[in-house]
Amino acid sequence: MDILAKIKKAGLVGRGGASFPTADKWEAVKKAKGAKKYVVCNASEGEPGVAKDSYILENFGKEVVDGIKIAINFLKAERAYIYINHNYYKKFNKILAKIIGKAPIEFFIKPIGSGYIGGEESSMLNAIEGRRIEPRLKPPFPTTSGLMRCPTLINNVETFYNISLVAANKYKKERFYTISGDCLWTGVFSFPENWTIEKILKETKNYPKFPFFVQVGGEGSGEVLNSGQLRRPASGAGSITVYSILKHKPENLIKNWLDFFLAESCGKCTPCREGVYRLREIADLPNPDWRLFADLLNNLEETSFCGLGGAVPVPVKSYTNNVLAKMPENKVSFKGLDKKTMASCLLYEKDKNKN
Amino acid sequence: MKKIRIKINGREINCLLGKTIMEVARENGIFIPGLCYHPDFPVKGNCRICVVEIRGKKKLSLSCKTKAEDGMEIWTDTARVKKSRNLNIELIFAEHIEKCPTCIWNVHCGLLDLAERYKIEIKRFPDRKGKRKTHKFANAVEIDGTQCIDCRNCLDACSLLQNINYLELQGKGIDQEVVPVKNKKIDCIYCGQCAVHCPVGAAQEQSQWEMVGKAIASKKKIVVAQFAPSIRVSIGEEFNLPYGEILTGQVVAGLKELGFNYVFDVSFGADMTTMVEAQELLERLNKKGVTPMITSCCPAWVKYVEFYHPELIPNLTTARSPQIHTGGAVKTYWADKMKINPKDITVVSVMPCTAKKFEATRPELKAKGLFPVDYVLTTREFAWLLKKNHIDFPKLKPAKADDILGEYSGAGVIYGGSGGVMESALRTAQFLACGKNKGKICQTQLDFKGVRGLAGVKETIISVAGKKLRVAVVNGIGNIEPVITNLNKYDYIEVMACPGGCIGGGGEPIPTTDEIRKKRMAALYELDKSKKIRKAHENKGVLEVLKWLKGQGKLEHQILHTEYKKRS
Repeated sequence: MDILAKIKKAGLVGRGGASFPTADKWEAVKKAKGAKKYVVCNASEGEPGVAKDSYILENFGKEVVDGIKIAINFLKAERAYIYINHNYYKKFNKILAKIIGKAPIEFFIKPIGSGYIGGEESSMLNAIEGRRIEPRLKPPFPTTSGLMRCPTLINNVETFYNISLVAANKYKKERFYTISGDCLWTGVFSFPENWTIEKILKETKNYPKFPFFVQVGGEGSGEVLNSGQLRRPASGAGSITVYSILKHKPENLIKNWLDFFLAESCGKCTPCREGVYRLREIADLPNPDWRLFADLLNNLEETSFCGLGGAVPVPVKSYTNNVLAKMPENKVSFKGLDKKTMASCLLYEKDKNKN
Repeated sequence: MKKIRIKINGREINCLLGKTIMEVARENGIFIPGLCYHPDFPVKGNCRICVVEIRGKKKLSLSCKTKAEDGMEIWTDTARVKKSRNLNIELIFAEHIEKCPTCIWNVHCGLLDLAERYKIEIKRFPDRKGKRKTHKFANAVEIDGTQCIDCRNCLDACSLLQNINYLELQGKGIDQEVVPVKNKKIDCIYCGQCAVHCPVGAAQEQSQWEMVGKAIASKKKIVVAQFAPSIRVSIGEEFNLPYGEILTGQVVAGLKELGFNYVFDVSFGADMTTMVEAQELLERLNKKGVTPMITSCCPAWVKYVEFYHPELIPNLTTARSPQIHTGGAVKTYWADKMKINPKDITVVSVMPCTAKKFEATRPELKAKGLFPVDYVLTTREFAWLLKKNHIDFPKLKPAKADDILGEYSGAGVIYGGSGGVMESALRTAQFLACGKNKGKICQTQLDFKGVRGLAGVKETIISVAGKKLRVAVVNGIGNIEPVITNLNKYDYIEVMACPGGCIGGGGEPIPTTDEIRKKRMAALYELDKSKKIRKAHENKGVLEVLKWLKGQGKLEHQILHTEYKKRS
């Protein structure tokens, strides 16, 4: 069985966060016409609360490099780049360089200050080409027009690790979970991919005894779930952050999420550059206009250029939906954001927009 | 191309496969707003106000980038579209500090139009860019950071179109800002393409209309206006007249109405330039002077040579440019005839160009201590003055420019389009070359179609006095590379920094696109065809001025020729 058939059979999906079927991507790059082809391993890991790529590079460098080599051979690629954040490079470049040996694999250190968007795949291509670090208009997708406009395969560190397991018939449908936040046993763990969040927390002895909620898939763009919503797998980048309800005030949470996106917005499109700025401005006002606040969030979902902008509403809306709205009325005391207001602008807006 | 059928707002539309929704909509009279979209550039998708709803798509779609597909059903104005579109427009308004009372865009502003059309409150959010700087480039162009809406058209104009790369985006997120590069090896050439591509007037000419207004009002001086060939075929657009409408008479009448004492035509100066330049071309060819000879009437191109390629200075024709020729003639010949002290004359040029503002201040152009031209207005500033003074331009009774600097040939008027200077010079050079071979059969030609049109580089071979002249026309400074690296392939080269030549200049009405450039250009050639005299050497006024200058000793050279200096 060739590698593509194996990947298909294993049902691999990308571990960068988007869970795109790996075989489809490989096939698209394989079929794409181009004098040269490239492979890029995304080791930028810019999402706060996710640390599994670091763990994998530290412990399974050989497997990751093997996965990249398999991709190079499969595509007859010119060269592969490991697009790596500065800290990881400092920590792992020596071990990895040894493993790489003479293979056509190069490091590209993610430019300092390129932030969260620097890990978005088309921004990453711009970074390697020395262009301004921000997303490209799609289509064309990197699979047909990526690095130097050549077909390019971009996969996450964990995906390449899985490829090497699949090739060696050792893949067991497991994935890595980063656990952090208000719990004792934080770190990176490997469990079956279909385990529920609840099971993972219990298995790691991290299931809290106090009122809590979790954020899944990153402390920036991850979705917030309440303790009654944990009988589902941890999707996306596979991280679980535990928050004590008592410890984290709504005002701080919302402001922190917005601060993160405000600092990370590349500035390309209006809804993200201006919208996030205004959201943050509104959150500071004594009497916020929550209707406008909700409109700005929805507008990001509807019209922002890339996934980063589209992700801004995710933590804020899921937190208000799943946590704030479920609290007793007297506990919600964030600048007039009561249940009635939430219901009229934040909670049901999303459903209204579905056509 | 394959034909497809789509529906926009319930209306069935047949269109060609490969077009975007915005293109199809606009071709069919359906308005979709767009601030960062410009047909001169690849789609950017930055402003996000052109969103539409497409059946079956989960999110709103961008009409500037989404291609129409067979069977597509599109809505441009649903409640959902309105909500996001209007919010994005409001967010954009908050980036732009309104300076309406003194903004020449006031009557023609894309943002105010959108506010009016969609009934949007322009001050929903507090302004956030109050402390941004204004970057000034010589006295020609400026970029006002307090008005920038981050569409990035100026960057595309400076880099993709002109390949000057003087502007860059500094910082990210809300801190991003268009600034001039720090690299000292790169400098602005003042072409103003940033300004003519800016949808909100953040990049603009450095205006002189206030000074001109004061000069007219003071009555202490005789204020003379002269207008470039391009103005007559583009000013109509500012008053919603069709593209390429010829309005020479209205331009004269409008200038008189504004209070100018005399109005002359820069096409007259263009005929002077042609005479000087054609003569020089023949001299260089006959006496084995420096060739190829290269035109110099585009001041942005001259700045480009002086800064980036000073080694080409000897190749530039020493002929002054048309506005400087007319201005010089006004302050010498005409002043003499009219018995006016030249110091009492203020010359105001109306040009399609921002670099002409810089050109007018070049000290080497002074004659008898006076600058030939005192102020330069762009087409847009001229339109603004007309509107500000409530002059109903389209209804003006056409008037004639004043004698004798108002007379012009067809050759003088085609100066406004890329290839026009070359064509005019060739018409006259052929004639002048013949003059020396009296008795022989003389070949002259009127139309040089090989140098016309919007191609980036136009090459052809023209016979002048039995010699085969290899000529090239560079249409837009972004196309200079292949010509500048193969100079010895040519004998004579015309370069215009702006795409399309002056009719596509940095001071022209907005929008300026290839479609519009073509129409303005066609109008110039139409005008040329309609003229009784079509060659510079048949312009009797010009011959008279040249004859007069011949008797003025050193002054002749001063008024007709100039020099250049290395600036890097």
